[in-house]
Amino acid sequence: MAELTMRIWRGDPAGGDFIDYRIPEVEGEVVLDVIHRIQAGPAPDLACRWNCKAGKCGSCSAEINGRPRLMCMTRMDTLPTDQPVTVAPMRTFPIIRDLVTDVSFNYVMARQVPPFRPATSGLDGSFRMAQVDVDRGQEFRKCIECFLCQDVCHVIRDHEENKARYSGPRWFIRFMELESHPLDTNDRRELLRQRMGLGMCNITKCCTEVCPEHIKITDNAIIPLKERVVDAAYDPVAWLGRKILRRSKRSAAEALADAPSYAAPTAEDLASRKSATGPSAASPSAASPSAAGPSAAGPA
Amino acid sequence: MSTLEDVKPTPVTLGGTRGGPAVRTLRRDRWWVSPAVTVGVLTAFVAYATWAAFQNANYYVGAAMHRDLISPFYSPCLAESCVPGSHPGFVITWWTISPAILILIFPLGFRLTCYYYRKAYYRGFWQSPPACGVADGHASYSGETRFPLILQNVHRYFFLFGLVFNVILTIDAVMAFRMPGEGIGVSLGTLVLCVNAALLWIYTLSCHACRHLCGGNLDKFSKHPIRHRIWKTLSPLNARHMLFAWMSLIFVALTDLYVRLVASGVFHDPKLF
Amino acid sequence: MADTPTSTLDPADIESHSFDVVVIGAGGAGLRAAIEAKSRGLATALVCKSLLGKAHTVMAEGGAAAAMGNIWPEDNWKVHFRDTMRGGKMLNNWRMAELHAKESPDRIYELEAWGALFDRTKDGRILQRDFGGHRYARLAHVGDRTGLELIRTLQQRAVSMGIEVFMECKILRLLKDSEGRVSGAVGYWRPTGEPVTFKAKAIVVATGGVGRSWKYTTNSWESTGDGQALALWAGADLIDMECLQFHPTGMVWPLSVRGILVTEGVRGDGGVLRNSEGRRFMFDYIPPMFAAETADSEAEADRWYEDHLNNRRPPELLPRDEVARSINSEVKAGRGSPHGGVLLDIASRRSAEYIRRRLPSMYHQFKELAGVDITVEPMEVGPTCHYMMGGIRVDAETEATTVPGLFSAGEVAAGLHGANRLGGNSLSDLLVFGRRAGIGASDFAEGFTGEPSVDPRDVLEAISEADAPFLRDPGESPYDIQHDLQESMQALVGIIRTGSELEQALEEIGKLRERATKVSVQGGRGYNPGWNLATDLPAMLTVSMAVTRGAIERRESRGGHTRDDFPNPDPEMGKVNFVQRLVDGEHLVVPEPLPEMPDELKALLEEEAH
Repeated sequence: MAELTMRIWRGDPAGGDFIDYRIPEVEGEVVLDVIHRIQAGPAPDLACRWNCKAGKCGSCSAEINGRPRLMCMTRMDTLPTDQPVTVAPMRTFPIIRDLVTDVSFNYVMARQVPPFRPATSGLDGSFRMAQVDVDRGQEFRKCIECFLCQDVCHVIRDHEENKARYSGPRWFIRFMELESHPLDTNDRRELLRQRMGLGMCNITKCCTEVCPEHIKITDNAIIPLKERVVDAAYDPVAWLGRKILRRSKRSAAEALADAPSYAAPTAEDLASRKSATGPSAASPSAASPSAAGPSAAGPA
Repeated sequence: MSTLEDVKPTPVTLGGTRGGPAVRTLRRDRWWVSPAVTVGVLTAFVAYATWAAFQNANYYVGAAMHRDLISPFYSPCLAESCVPGSHPGFVITWWTISPAILILIFPLGFRLTCYYYRKAYYRGFWQSPPACGVADGHASYSGETRFPLILQNVHRYFFLFGLVFNVILTIDAVMAFRMPGEGIGVSLGTLVLCVNAALLWIYTLSCHACRHLCGGNLDKFSKHPIRHRIWKTLSPLNARHMLFAWMSLIFVALTDLYVRLVASGVFHDPKLF
Repeated sequence: MADTPTSTLDPADIESHSFDVVVIGAGGAGLRAAIEAKSRGLATALVCKSLLGKAHTVMAEGGAAAAMGNIWPEDNWKVHFRDTMRGGKMLNNWRMAELHAKESPDRIYELEAWGALFDRTKDGRILQRDFGGHRYARLAHVGDRTGLELIRTLQQRAVSMGIEVFMECKILRLLKDSEGRVSGAVGYWRPTGEPVTFKAKAIVVATGGVGRSWKYTTNSWESTGDGQALALWAGADLIDMECLQFHPTGMVWPLSVRGILVTEGVRGDGGVLRNSEGRRFMFDYIPPMFAAETADSEAEADRWYEDHLNNRRPPELLPRDEVARSINSEVKAGRGSPHGGVLLDIASRRSAEYIRRRLPSMYHQFKELAGVDITVEPMEVGPTCHYMMGGIRVDAETEATTVPGLFSAGEVAAGLHGANRLGGNSLSDLLVFGRRAGIGASDFAEGFTGEPSVDPRDVLEAISEADAPFLRDPGESPYDIQHDLQESMQALVGIIRTGSELEQALEEIGKLRERATKVSVQGGRGYNPGWNLATDLPAMLTVSMAVTRGAIERRESRGGHTRDDFPNPDPEMGKVNFVQRLVDGEHLVVPEPLPEMPDELKALLEEEAH
């Protein structure tokens, strides 16, 4: 039986290296199957995230031969096996161990999205929306949050400092979903312009290229959002139109007041609460998940 | 414009150790082919267009040859120096250099701010990034948030100018059916101008700004059935904007070349019927 | 990474958090419970083994059943109640089935108010789809990714309310105070391996299913039965553990994807099952109980999609247990597909455009994983372990378990589905009983006086037990034990069971339990999958044991539990739940009578039945 070589990144924040594993080839496998066989054999502590192994949960993101992909949806027979198959962790996020990265950045950004706010409660089933009005949003809600688009986006991949002011493609499609929602009353365009770094995107479309759900992130979300921001901030004619016609949505500042970043505790809040109520105020923070864990929405 | 200054953003922890080796890319495929081709074709086009625009000759095939063919680089020909027959009816007297320079700023601006070409030259020329998963060639990056790139936001106005030019080039194509001294007919040149106009229309209509203005800015399509229908018709075209961008770019140069060859007498424009 | 042996661990050094309500599990039920508790203003924590939003709920495809009557105005809670009871072979808790049928429409509307975008009817209402066992088109859905829509909506709601989420945190054991109330939990952070404890006035367990112990399953690695085991160890009752649903249609080829779910929506939207001879074999397997309402000719079955009132349902849409058993029989009779399944054909019955629109993720799943274009070719499918109907015994109104302070909802709780769950009822189950568990836990927490207390010795014991594999060398590989457990359960406690095989399974599990005490792992504590698996094994072995014990006791065939040696339902057995509990360390299985259904509901079942 033919053998293949898997070149897998092993390491943690202290450093790491590629390690080669030779393993027999089995028909019909995906990369994740091979990783599992390596775990069950030579490297039982090889860390990798995975859940569903069916391309639905978006946990097993990694860079296979340098391309950001889901390990469970990459068939081995699509890769050249005459040379080693390299599997590396997502480059954009801090490493935890081996193929596992700390994706808490994404959860922090999630908290800054002002949620859906309809004019009426809708709890009585009174919402009426045509299929054509939800089609656009449904495309974006296919997102499985694998964060491959965030990983491949050079704005934060190659420029760490931009993370503080750039929410990334995953959240742009969320913003577009809400902005184009037929019943939403929030206007998030100034938020996108001033805080979420929509202008940082130079539409080089790598997010669309890597999306395992084939969401047309750039054409259907980012560019329409850029055009909506032009309406709000750069187009004098649209500005004049807004002055004449009555504004119907709540401003970004009002919308931001709904944003979960207000309600959710920040890392600092949690750290202080923990030291106040925990049994040990002096617990070693370096070893605690507060410093290293991917639990941003929790005690990051 | 509302200010968000008094709203504290959620802090992001920066500076964690990244995984993987510190190399530009782990890709092993020929990722550099696509940006290299982009650079090659765009450079060739710019070189040719500059040469053609400054030549200020051989851009019009007139009655002397029983034709009415004008190069798209020179239409509308508005300078006093334009050769007889190529004027639309009025001239700008103070413009003394090539009439192409006067008008090319508009199609140039349209393509320069086009969402597709932005991708192409940011990847190809600016290397930011050259390809997906390949490191950016620059130390710092501010995207389109500052001057001059913030000006990309005027794309919709260039789109509107683009429409005007499409109308003019369509008129040129219609006029190309006239064969002065021979009545009405179709020559190869007529077809070239027609195809050129058609490709420019399809490129312009597939523009992202067009899609937004026609319907993309609506939240409730169901309340605007006509605009929704237009948006739905444009969306599949928009998905192929890249294809139309290249086709129309290459064909507009070929159209100029064709007119130029006929006007300079290298080639005789055959009458088909 | 800290590799300090925990025997020297000082309890005061362990990270500790205190909340009013702690919810374990962040799938649909857990999220819904946490939202309810948080909306009451209680300090609420959500603890989950994976990242937020990755829970198994995302795998649900078809839809959420709710009698909104948007397509068929004839539909109402009574019909839904009846369908659920009959689908569950009357083993259901009637009150849960009633509450579920009555409340699920409101829960769906609630999701919409929080931003969910369901598929729409022409007049702008929520579109509903046909599913097996449901008399009317009843499933609110979004293409074939309804579970994703549901979890995303709840997740975004939870984040916007500021619920604290403890991601990648595995709970090892529940803790009790001196009065026998559940007062906390101890676990560890997967990224660092560091221990963490939670004190809580009330705990909701919503950890989902058990499928990981079978070889071919639709479940993800997380479905290790943690919640059932935690509750059992804490003294709670489990019921109906033998009732395990095998989904009739899972992928069978290639081997690496064997077991992955093929949604029932394929059949709801017109797909049919054929054997290797091309015959629609389901017509041969219509049971008497459903004969009156099932079409007996292909012509009538095909007319039904357009006209439900004058035609009877196609047999492909019988409840899942019937379809799974029929497929099993066809394969055994040698009429299976090349890789040991049967053929599910929608390509020849619906247009390619329709299939891609209605079943987008099925289209991609087959295209990318199996290289099959389902708009052109039939799919090869076969039964796969899917859903645990049994689980923690709860009070129908409050979802309180038999241990004070412990609540439970979702797949981990039992009662609603009886012996067999209807497709689409799980998503509405999560919403209805997730909310009720949140209310129950909040009420309990509000009525709680004083501070919850835990015994530090229990904490240390749980941690040192989890750490023990680090100290053994050499020892058993946790992967080997998992593998052997999966092989045994698949072979011996699968879709068709017999007494002798079940006894053999009991023996195998006993051996595996013995081996599990000798597990050894290498490496550090931080994100070590070998160690993580070692800490999952006790729960996997406990629930495997419970399923087997229950299956031995139930000497009849009913719903998801089929005994070769007792092929028919036994009316006497249909009146009892098999309750499992630990008494002084001894695992008991005792029959207890089902709650008595009030006469008006009985009458409803009588009058509705044809």
